[in-house]
Amino acid sequence: MSPPTGIARATLLKDLRLEWRSKDSINSMLFFSLLVVVVFSFSFDPTAEESRQIAGGLIWVAFLFAAVVALNQTWAREIRNQVLDAYRVSPAPANSLFLAKTLGNFIFVTVLEALMTPLFIAFYRLRALGPIWQLLLVAMLGTWALVVNGTFFAAMSLRTRSREIMLPLLLFPISIPALLAMVQATTAILNGEGARFWIVLLATYDLVFTTVCLLLFETVLNAE
Amino acid sequence: MTETSTPPVVTVTNLIKQFGRFAALRGVTAEFSGGKLYAILGDNGAGKTTLLRTLAGLNNPSSGEIAILGSRKFHSICQQVGYMAHPSLLYDEMSGLENLQYFAQLYGITNSARCSEVIRAVGLDPDLVRPIGQYSQGMKQRMSLARALLNDPKILLLDEPFSNVDLHSAAEMVRLLTGLRDQGKTIFVVTHQAALLEGAADEFIWMEYGNIVERTRDFKRDPKRELKT
Repeated sequence: MSPPTGIARATLLKDLRLEWRSKDSINSMLFFSLLVVVVFSFSFDPTAEESRQIAGGLIWVAFLFAAVVALNQTWAREIRNQVLDAYRVSPAPANSLFLAKTLGNFIFVTVLEALMTPLFIAFYRLRALGPIWQLLLVAMLGTWALVVNGTFFAAMSLRTRSREIMLPLLLFPISIPALLAMVQATTAILNGEGARFWIVLLATYDLVFTTVCLLLFETVLNAE
Repeated sequence: MTETSTPPVVTVTNLIKQFGRFAALRGVTAEFSGGKLYAILGDNGAGKTTLLRTLAGLNNPSSGEIAILGSRKFHSICQQVGYMAHPSLLYDEMSGLENLQYFAQLYGITNSARCSEVIRAVGLDPDLVRPIGQYSQGMKQRMSLARALLNDPKILLLDEPFSNVDLHSAAEMVRLLTGLRDQGKTIFVVTHQAALLEGAADEFIWMEYGNIVERTRDFKRDPKRELKT
């Protein structure tokens, strides 16, 4: 058997190849985020100061909803033709699949963020008063928080009849501490205030939930 | 329901599988020897697919035991088992070779020629670049069989391998399976087209209401038994 990292790498490359060919996740996420930016920009006409106050919440809520679209797609691919069963009968470890899926989703959401952030800046005339590297750190930690839980709960809701509704119902409540930390940290950095506490909270959240998800994923994968 | 000519490679003891209140398998007990081709037959809902999925480790038994190659833990022998389901278990967006190259990595198969070899063995062209989604149903079935053969398993579990396959290709598949059986592999085939396996299968396993009701050497049931059930 290949080492777990080799299997995770092979699965990640396979997912990137499938996404490159179908563009299911990235197209739906982009379209959804674009709608949010445009609709909100029509609804509000904030000043630069007001923008800094609301942008953190707006950006992360848009990314959270868009990420759900990608998360549902990730596993939908595996249950079409029951391909997941082929993985389950193989000697490949469950956690390799989980890590590959989480990394894949991280890449998709990061690409979305990279494309949408300039639009947010333009539409809301944003200018950060705090250090940009801290914003990048919050973006990375926040995105990981969304995708690690999202990948896990999407797998959990895989066999439920209304899984597209089930995923947000499971994911959003558990993401509240992370979402709070992301929004507060982003708002603080945009306003040039200290965000150390929120960044530490976010990093701790990531560490705890990544560990828990890795410990429980095999049970979730083999649940009937 | 035992057979003692050669040591059993698969032993099933009082196997029960329940889905909620419905019992799909109701105390199946059987032994299966190595190097044989078994055709599992029965009406819809008889428990054939459930038995196969449970042997493949995809369903957890509600009670009872399964020992494959002497092991009760499926994960320790999964390298020795090949499973083909009714759906293709393949990614529609990738070609046959790309699919098999991915699954080869899950089994740690480093021989890059192995994927092409099994695709040729099922009568398909490994250089076909079309994605699986554009294959005919019969081609998908054959590629699915190629995936099950990829790890050169000692035990093959095949669910409806001949469905939607034309008669000529189905006969080719039967020839391939008997060849594999002659190499010492144990093959279980769930099928509704039992006539295809007449003369090829070593035993026909008849299932009804979640249990094995009869095992016959040829494709004919004991008429008295058939009347009773």
